[in-house]
Amino acid sequence: MILLKLFLSFLQIGAFSFGGGYAAVPLIQDQVVSIHSWMTMGEFTDLITISQMTPGPIAVNSATFVGLRMAGLPGAVIATLGCILPSCIIVSILAYVYLHFRKLDMIQGVLKSLRPAVIAMIAVAGLDIIISSFWNGAGFTASFSSVNWIAAGIFAAAVILLRKFKQPPIRVMLLCGLLGLIFL
Amino acid sequence: MDFSSDQPGRGKVLLKLFISTFYLSAFTFGGGYVIVTLMKRKFVDEYHWIEEQEMLDLVAIAQSAPGPIAVNGAIVVGYKLAGIPGLLISILATILPPFIILSVISLFYTAFRENTYVGKALAGMQAGVGAVIADVVLNMGRDAAREKDALNILIMAAAFAAAFFLEVNVVYIILACAALGVVRTLLSHRKKVQQ
Repeated sequence: MILLKLFLSFLQIGAFSFGGGYAAVPLIQDQVVSIHSWMTMGEFTDLITISQMTPGPIAVNSATFVGLRMAGLPGAVIATLGCILPSCIIVSILAYVYLHFRKLDMIQGVLKSLRPAVIAMIAVAGLDIIISSFWNGAGFTASFSSVNWIAAGIFAAAVILLRKFKQPPIRVMLLCGLLGLIFL
Repeated sequence: MDFSSDQPGRGKVLLKLFISTFYLSAFTFGGGYVIVTLMKRKFVDEYHWIEEQEMLDLVAIAQSAPGPIAVNGAIVVGYKLAGIPGLLISILATILPPFIILSVISLFYTAFRENTYVGKALAGMQAGVGAVIADVVLNMGRDAAREKDALNILIMAAAFAAAFFLEVNVVYIILACAALGVVRTLLSHRKKVQQ
């Protein structure tokens, strides 16, 4: 039963993450944290952190990690298969259509409308991660006394390094880890 | 697909495809857009297996379809070079490195996480990951806003409200926007025909 659930969850993640990179993050969060409670928000953020530091697509990394923790090696294999199966089918069809008709404007038209929604949903996933970080894994509360100000300071420093000094993400994250080790 | 006589045999192509895709997948940090660029360099510029224009179209397909771009890129390149066997080989080579790496990390994660120092470093990195995503969103949002398309900005605001405040399942949001995109494309086609 857990194998079927893993398969169907990652099938949805594979089928609906348009735009690559972070586009899969809100879908993974929805399935793994909100719907099935396979992970806490903190563990999910660790997973995204680990994915940042290792090669490979976030969706495949998540499928392996979540699958292994929930159902061992079969779970990891099934979840990864679920994650790539929609790609296999859809990309093969598109490649076939392209090689025969050389027409892609409908797909690109649809993508044009999807892109702003994908940006918004990545923003929501990012906000959830920031809230989890600032409130030590608890949800947002209006009281300032419960805010972890050191985490907020590390966040602010990271934003400045990324945006003003254009530092590469991996370097910024390693530095954040070091700051956490010293100050948190 | 067909190979002209000066190209290596099928078995050799599959082996070379496996090795180069595995290598790219194991050492490419920075996500799908980076890996398709490296694929282009390998298969177009170095091996001359695919023509430049065709590669650009294949990359467009990989980026248009749902799913990880690295996997989609492996599918189109593998399929183009050696049909279904090529597709299977290149997918396997693409997912094996992250599969192995994450399996090893997963083995140590629990013990790792309980260590105070690792916990502190990870807590710092969580703030960093929030910043990385915020940076990505700001860049993407700025590019989207520059297009000055009122409907796109409306979609962005509505999708944000639906996901953040109403906690709507993101699959429904994507389906709704895809349907909207179909209608929009059909309408603009009709306009073009009338002109």
